[in-house]
Amino acid sequence: MEKNINITLKVWRQAGPKAKGKFVKYRLENVSPDSSFLEMLDMLNEKLISERKEPIAFDHDCREGICGMCGLYINGHPHGAMGGTTTCQLHMRKFKDGETITIEPWRSTGFPVIKDLIVNRNAFDTIMQAGGFISVNTGGVPDGNAIPIQHDKAEEAMDAASCIGCGACVAACKNGSAMLFVAAKVSQFALLPQGQVERATRAKAMVAKMDELGFGNCTNTGACEAECPKNVSIAHIARLNREYLSAKVKD
Amino acid sequence: MWLIDSSIGRKLIMSITGVLLVLFLLFHSIMNFVSILSPYAYDVICAFLGANWYAIIGTMGLAAGFIIHILYALILSYQNLRARGNNRYAVKVRQKGVSWASLNMLVLGIIILGFMGLHLFQFWSKMQLIELMHNMGAATDAQLTALAAKGSHWVQYYFGQPIYSVLYIVWLSALWFHLTHGVWSMLHTLGINNQTWLPRLKTFSYILATIIILLFMAVPICGLLKAGPLFSPESMYNPFLNI
Repeated sequence: MEKNINITLKVWRQAGPKAKGKFVKYRLENVSPDSSFLEMLDMLNEKLISERKEPIAFDHDCREGICGMCGLYINGHPHGAMGGTTTCQLHMRKFKDGETITIEPWRSTGFPVIKDLIVNRNAFDTIMQAGGFISVNTGGVPDGNAIPIQHDKAEEAMDAASCIGCGACVAACKNGSAMLFVAAKVSQFALLPQGQVERATRAKAMVAKMDELGFGNCTNTGACEAECPKNVSIAHIARLNREYLSAKVKD
Repeated sequence: MWLIDSSIGRKLIMSITGVLLVLFLLFHSIMNFVSILSPYAYDVICAFLGANWYAIIGTMGLAAGFIIHILYALILSYQNLRARGNNRYAVKVRQKGVSWASLNMLVLGIIILGFMGLHLFQFWSKMQLIELMHNMGAATDAQLTALAAKGSHWVQYYFGQPIYSVLYIVWLSALWFHLTHGVWSMLHTLGINNQTWLPRLKTFSYILATIIILLFMAVPICGLLKAGPLFSPESMYNPFLNI
């Protein structure tokens, strides 16, 4: 077993949405390299509670990388420097003894800070409500093989659908753009036969909602793709552009 | 109007004006290359592109393309800055696969614009503009008017001075960076891209940018090296010689 490590944490503390935030330094000793990043924060919070101090507020839920709830900006990277992982799947063995770790919330106009490291990501839900669905008649469960789907299309739709909506793309983007998220959601439906009925209206409605909520304009830097914990490709952004432009030209 | 009201519409404007400007640069760079091969042939091209109706329409279209591209660059950058919010990250890291040029397109654009002012003053104002003014009846210097269609003379005059050659090389380097991101990015915005073509288009972007910039740079480099029929000390080029 590896030796336990001692670390210094520089954490963004902000009492509320309107309050002025600042960085606070905490020293944490004897952290097991086998613990996850969130377990390390749990340790710190228990220590803070025992000292009768306010614990650090951070988002988390499943802790197995599939819910998209956790999201911390660690040492300049959303979800930390390790590629293709969420914050909850990041482990302390990736950090060195004596290291100072800076933890910040997502910073973007579309995601205002609620408290400490928690941001309001309702904007993503609002975008989904605008068009991220398909309409079907209820009734008996249809047979899985009733609609033939080309293999590569199914794979690509699945890759797009692997987006967990954590918002790392917006956090990483210098423009605060939500294009990768919207592109993934539009792609997953546009590629499948079930999504064809609302294909044009979906692209238009979701892009309009995204713009309305104050997200920036994509400049194709590719920072979102590099930081996405699910490795969603920016090729989906080209598809979104295609979907949107052809829908508008048809009008 | 969705073209100006939506983010993708505004980006489409950037993209289409970008395509026009890249095509112009390709034409301009090939044209310039002629000057170091044959100064007299270059003068013929300059006379062809003087104050003729088609050249004037082309210039106006080009000016409109430039203005719209710059205007939208400013609008989009302002909106993006606002979308980023007031609080900046304390730790900033450039991700793997993110090119430096893509993060600094506005700065590169401003550098290009600044040098373009110098370029328009040195060449355009002494060529097409003076001819236009002359044709419209304004009093223009007789010698300058006579030199209006003699592009090779002005190329020889300015790039014979090392300071301008060096300045133009700096300018063209900024343009190279701008193009390496711009070319594939404009196609991406038009929706012409997918998983397979993404790396291909990025490579194409570097190749096209390098071809354009090398063709452009050949002129100031020849000027610095005093090489070729235009810049060598034995150059027989005389703007007033009719052949």
